[in-house]
Amino acid sequence: MHEMTVAESLVELIEDEGRCRGFSRVRQVRVRIGALGHVEPDALRFCFAAVSHGTVAEGARLELETVAGEGWCPGCARTVTIAERHDICPECGSCQVRMTAGAELRLAELEVD
Amino acid sequence: MCTICGCEAATGEAPRNAPVDSWRPGRHGAGGKQGSIAGNRSRDGRHPDRHGPHDHRHPAHTHDDHGAIDFGTGLAGVHLPGMSQERIIRIERDILSKNDAFARANRARLKAGGILALNLVSSPGSGKTSLLVRTIKDLQSRFPIAVIEGDQQTSNDADRIRATGAPAVQINTGKGCHLDAHMVGHALDRLPLTAGGLLFIENVGNLVCPAAFDLGEAHKAVVLSVTEGEDKPLKYPAMFEQADLMLLSKADLLPHLDFDMDACTGFARRVNPRIDILTVSARSGDGLPAFYRWIEQQVRSDTTAKGEGT
Repeated sequence: MHEMTVAESLVELIEDEGRCRGFSRVRQVRVRIGALGHVEPDALRFCFAAVSHGTVAEGARLELETVAGEGWCPGCARTVTIAERHDICPECGSCQVRMTAGAELRLAELEVD
Repeated sequence: MCTICGCEAATGEAPRNAPVDSWRPGRHGAGGKQGSIAGNRSRDGRHPDRHGPHDHRHPAHTHDDHGAIDFGTGLAGVHLPGMSQERIIRIERDILSKNDAFARANRARLKAGGILALNLVSSPGSGKTSLLVRTIKDLQSRFPIAVIEGDQQTSNDADRIRATGAPAVQINTGKGCHLDAHMVGHALDRLPLTAGGLLFIENVGNLVCPAAFDLGEAHKAVVLSVTEGEDKPLKYPAMFEQADLMLLSKADLLPHLDFDMDACTGFARRVNPRIDILTVSARSGDGLPAFYRWIEQQVRSDTTAKGEGT
């Protein structure tokens, strides 16, 4: 259940921003999450609600924006869409696709008061 | 320096002088009172603020000396009719950026100290500790060796390591399912680390969560025992993708099992074409010389890389 650690890290980042930027309440948190990443969206939502209690992020809506998996195929010399980390190239069948997107775990935006 | 606002508050420095044996949620922030980096992590909000109160709020627009009115200086840096600029803030920070900062500090510290660190990951019961005990006995005449043991509870594993004469620190993660770079930084404070030495970090037995947390190691080595399914690399690809070495352990049991070695190595290479694969048995010693050669090769290439870098 590393989503708990991820949620704690997210709340820490928000509190850091709150201290530096001087906001006292967060209405919405937008997080970019890779489709091939390490985090299960529902588990993150559950943990975020639990660990944000008593912080500036309490009650904030967590909006998760999914980033699709992409990789660079050296054979095709272009970026292709992949559905799994170790997916073959959907164009040429090569196993040499190097993942370039889909592992994101970023705090993108806050809507604050 | 604070990576958010540029203030002087420390982030990412190697933590020191805090207990390592109480990482349970809710007790973690106590280290902040000693001025350690834990204060930065604590959710009760003790950012070690040495620069006095300040306010990063900006007005929705500014009037400069020349009388111009700029609507683009608000928090959002944009002007949208009917919407207050103070409401939307672009952040774009990696959520695990603090762990990554601790990991970078650990890596720099280990590299400067001339120590090769391996992060051993696997499911519980794969034989990591038995493999380590045997490895230490075989290699301790050639390398100074130290060990960090991660488990939810007990110091059983560290006790087994210490019985070999090697120094070991046990980290109990409580309910935590993985080691993180902050914990490892504390453990480094308590270990004698000798130049040219090896540091083995035995992670919490778990093929999922440890994959998300860089500890500052030089290499991850994933241990898969032949009593497990050969399709583990496909079931838990993140872990195998990140490892530089896969050790197939308990090989002495192979005659009694239906484990398909070729299928397993094929699955591992499909997930990670660069992964080195060795078959070992801590009980019989079979395959261990190849593992030791792999370690020596990493030590040499690490030293070469350091020489090139300076």
